[in-house]
Amino acid sequence: MAVVLALIGFFLGLSFFDNAIAGLVIAIIIWALLSTFAYFSGDSLLLGMSRARKIKRDDHPRLYNVVEEMKIASGLENMPDIYIIDDPALNAFATGRDPKRASVAITSGLLQKLNRDELQGVIAHEISHIKNRDVLLMAMCGILLGTIVILAWYGSRFLIFGSMTGSRRSSSSAGGGQAQIIILVLALVFMILAPIIAQFIYFAISRKREYLADASAALYTRYPEGLASALEKLGASTQQLKTANQANAPMYIINPFRKKGLKASDLTSTHPPISERIRILRAMSGASFANYDESYRQVHRGKGNIIGAAALAGTGTEAISLRDAKLEAPLGTGKLERARDTSDLMWRLNDYKTITCECGTRLRIPPRFRESRVQCPHCGRIHRV
Amino acid sequence: MLAVWIIIGIIVVFGIPFIATYNGLVRRRNQVKNAWAQIDVQLKRRYDLIPNLMETVKGYMKHERETLEAVTNARNLAQQVSSAGAGERAKAEGELSSALSRLLAVVENYPDLKANQNFLALQEELTSTENKISFSRQYYNDSVLRYNNQTQMFPSNIVAGMTGFKASEFFEVTVAAEREAPKVSFT
Repeated sequence: MAVVLALIGFFLGLSFFDNAIAGLVIAIIIWALLSTFAYFSGDSLLLGMSRARKIKRDDHPRLYNVVEEMKIASGLENMPDIYIIDDPALNAFATGRDPKRASVAITSGLLQKLNRDELQGVIAHEISHIKNRDVLLMAMCGILLGTIVILAWYGSRFLIFGSMTGSRRSSSSAGGGQAQIIILVLALVFMILAPIIAQFIYFAISRKREYLADASAALYTRYPEGLASALEKLGASTQQLKTANQANAPMYIINPFRKKGLKASDLTSTHPPISERIRILRAMSGASFANYDESYRQVHRGKGNIIGAAALAGTGTEAISLRDAKLEAPLGTGKLERARDTSDLMWRLNDYKTITCECGTRLRIPPRFRESRVQCPHCGRIHRV
Repeated sequence: MLAVWIIIGIIVVFGIPFIATYNGLVRRRNQVKNAWAQIDVQLKRRYDLIPNLMETVKGYMKHERETLEAVTNARNLAQQVSSAGAGERAKAEGELSSALSRLLAVVENYPDLKANQNFLALQEELTSTENKISFSRQYYNDSVLRYNNQTQMFPSNIVAGMTGFKASEFFEVTVAAEREAPKVSFT
């Protein structure tokens, strides 16, 4: 993508100033300005937009423990902040430019539906986004894309008006009018095509990083089936996440903008199709990147590889074996217990008080309840607030 | 004059990758040491959790004295040998793991205990600690793999040979008891 940007700068410079280098410099200046804005706008903006609440260890020990386990398995330096999004839709995301100051968020709907192994798979996927610096990479790519679009838009406008009014400076070189026209036409065509090409590149990069994150999750947990069955549950739900936003889309675990019933497998999708991801994970015979690569080739019948050479070289081609399914800790095994767990957490986070009646009912008192007494709806006993 | 430039050129062309590789080796070796220390942290956490577990469970499981004692003894032994060599430690920790899993399997017969909130929270902590121990071992082995690759693959093995970086050992589980899965009977 940087190449596309450089080419735009090159052509613009040639057209306007007869000097390609000037064009490149201007392109770089615009890029640097946008980068600076984006770098300092921070994660809190994105998290605030999603109505996320930060939790402590005592609020949800199981989630906290799972994140801590994955932090150890991946070798992250510091524990990421954990947020819960109050939404019945199923999704999770990771954010943070720097692995030292990262955050992970998960919706309450998803927290309720997954068992421990699946939750571990999802968190492993998010943490590998942090570890592989995908947040930074996609932000940079987004900025590059923005710069390209800006330059292309203004560039093409000026070129068109410039050539129409005929106020072109004649070139001082011996090329003459014809060469200029050819350059003009080329530049115009490129201006129009560049944003489209850049977008496709952006989405292709996003999809590739998703595959890498899936492979890393399998490597950390040594149990790709966990992530696979979590993805199955995720794919089955068609509920849209209310507060998803475009800027953050690549960092969610599944595409928050997928339309109901449509297969999000086209070129403009930030995530690969879920069924394909599940098939690759389930076909893995070991847990290393090489195994994921092999599995990917198997699913795509021999076409190409998905893990870059650099990532493969880092871990070597040692065979890493999978572990067996772990027996679930009884706390929160059943769906009912997990649902109760999560709704208890949401009550507490929203400052509701709890009164336990002798008949076994738990009464939830909203924070601004002003009466001094409340009656149990089941047995009729009066309780003092 | 030309000779000086050639010498500077050689220094730059060979020196910079050399320094970069050396730093990479140092970083990886420190990662291995750090990973080893992390295992210690988790093991110690387990020692601290077990007395708590014993207190909670004692009242309910009066007839399981042998199982309870096995856990307490294994824990004390493991704590005693915590300053000994890796082989002995691995053995003691393995014994503790299997004693704990036997205890947790027996808990299935005590529905009162299973409904106790304290116990449930403790069980979650214990499960998580066991997971963390195995993940920190896993991370240690991964770090050792990366470090060994660097010391043995070309061209970084040249740098490693010259500066004295040697391959590290993996943390193997050699305790037969730990490899055995706990038998849970539903009779």
